[in-house]
Amino acid sequence: MSLVSYVIRRLLFMVLVLVGVSLIVFTMMMLLPPGQRVAIYVNGDRVTPQMMDRLIAKYGLDEPAPLQYWRWVSNIFRGEFGYSITASAPVWDGFVRFFPVSLELVLLAAPLIILTGILLGTLGAVRKDTPTDHFTRIMAIVGFSLPTFWLGLLLLMVFYGFAGIFPPSQMSNEVRNVVFGGGFHQYTRLVTLDAILNWRWDIFWDAFYRMILPSVNLAIINSALIMRLMRSSMLESLGQDYMMTARAKGADRRTLIRHHARRNAMLPVITISGITFADLMGSMVITETIFDRKGIGWWMAQAALQLDVPAIMFDVLFLGTVYVVINLIVDLIYAWVDPRVRLA
Amino acid sequence: MKGRTMETSTDRRLSAAHPRLKELLFTLRRFLKNPLSVIGLSLVVIFGIIALLAPVLAPPKYPDPFRIPHTGFRIEPSPPSAAHPLGTMQQQYDMLYGLIWGTRSAFRIGVFVVAANLLIGIILGVLAGYFGGAWDEIIMRITDIFFAIPYLVMAMALVVAIGRGLKAVTIVLIITGWPSYTRVLRSDILVTRGRDFIQAARASGASHLRIMINHILPNAMYSVLILASLNIGTTILTAAALSFLGLGSETGTADWGQIISLCRNWIVGAPGNRFAYWYVVFIPGFVISLFVLGWNLMGDAVRDIFDPRMRRR
Repeated sequence: MSLVSYVIRRLLFMVLVLVGVSLIVFTMMMLLPPGQRVAIYVNGDRVTPQMMDRLIAKYGLDEPAPLQYWRWVSNIFRGEFGYSITASAPVWDGFVRFFPVSLELVLLAAPLIILTGILLGTLGAVRKDTPTDHFTRIMAIVGFSLPTFWLGLLLLMVFYGFAGIFPPSQMSNEVRNVVFGGGFHQYTRLVTLDAILNWRWDIFWDAFYRMILPSVNLAIINSALIMRLMRSSMLESLGQDYMMTARAKGADRRTLIRHHARRNAMLPVITISGITFADLMGSMVITETIFDRKGIGWWMAQAALQLDVPAIMFDVLFLGTVYVVINLIVDLIYAWVDPRVRLA
Repeated sequence: MKGRTMETSTDRRLSAAHPRLKELLFTLRRFLKNPLSVIGLSLVVIFGIIALLAPVLAPPKYPDPFRIPHTGFRIEPSPPSAAHPLGTMQQQYDMLYGLIWGTRSAFRIGVFVVAANLLIGIILGVLAGYFGGAWDEIIMRITDIFFAIPYLVMAMALVVAIGRGLKAVTIVLIITGWPSYTRVLRSDILVTRGRDFIQAARASGASHLRIMINHILPNAMYSVLILASLNIGTTILTAAALSFLGLGSETGTADWGQIISLCRNWIVGAPGNRFAYWYVVFIPGFVISLFVLGWNLMGDAVRDIFDPRMRRR
């Protein structure tokens, strides 16, 4: 099978999964009575029972489910996602505001997670049964067992509460005034990147400084899976015949590990990076809540607390889309690296 | 872990015994030789004893034992004292009482949810893996959809839909947790199904059910059970995260996530003493971590033992 038809098949499959995700979200929200879903369209004022009935009739919330689903989906395609009470704005505006905050953190945390996982995993395998190995294994299993929210609170307690460094939130008040006060061009809405583009290194440092602790929190929790898989995959790879061949041909230890063993050991790690990403999105909900960063995860938590149905539906759909797209990319990389996948 | 030292004289004597018994003894010995797995087992056993003895260790003051007693409404937590060995939380809820009865909540949620997940996962996995065809296609596409939504996010959305509280959290985790078992079991069955001994059983006229129960499940079961042990930890962490976010149990319920969320405001300490309230932040999270660590260490050790590639090295 050629790469093109593989990609086409995967794209079709992706659409199917997304339809499934939308059906699941819709079904879940249909469990709520129409009166609660009507809150989507109401803003602020008290609603009398008569008004409620009128609103339910107006937006067709008592009609058959398939009809409501159809209306919801066609609204999505027109770019109408409803009004979010937690963002005090239409859902799309909320998304535009919150997404860059999360993206910024992910862009810093993801490389940290992957590098930590691969480096420590390799180290553990190469020095099997030494103290280094034991240390990395314990790190991995502890990373699996720590609650994200507790680690976050501990980090904050020690660094912010006790030492007075690494404060939570996205930026300091002074910087916030500059960023949103005009004169500061928001090219990308990623504060750190915009700061560089505006040549304001003080703002860059202020925003970057506050991302360090949440990134470390995410890295400790989420690199565990990669670390373990890398270790076992590397051990397997080190025991293969081609390693013997390479050694017989006179390759030195460094070349052996870097070029022969690690390259092959990376394959399973690539396949699970999609899972790592899904875990990361879950951890983002907690991490953003604790470190007071108003991103997508924080929004999701607020929306769930305040029954902000349009925001919940949008967030789940959005996170599902991101996950499916990331997995498609991961699979394409895999197919490109390992041609056997396509032939199967 | 070194293979040579293992071959004692008992090994040779045992080789005459039934292979399954031999296997079990071998497994047990491997398990007990590994310090990490012994630590894991001990942790789980200790927590089990705490949960069983909860009424003795912390006699309930109300008809509902899962309500933590509190003495007064003062906001600041107070440090450990004779009356409150681990101190009190916000609004003077007793920490020790909450943690002890919280252990019961944790077992109830963890074991019950994972058992239900296992049941659903196994039934669907068998349908998909053994019968294949349309069953396989439909079930696996459903698991794909479940996997596309981050576990915690999906649980949050579903809790919103069916209402908050520990019961809702339990139901939600049952509905969302089964797909990983289905996937693992299905792929294991696919591997086992093609093996010679299954062909032989089929040729000798065994029924589907018989082949399933006697030949396929015992071979495919281990990976699912190991996953279950590891998932008890994940389940507890997710339930705690939901309570922490305010979607789980009510304030004052003996539930670990709830306790941490009661304590999250005290990370900064007091003027003059920056670590004034460290105990309310540290203790409950430490207890959850130990519980999850216990299950993870156990699952991990069992996996290493059953992994044929790692076995007799």
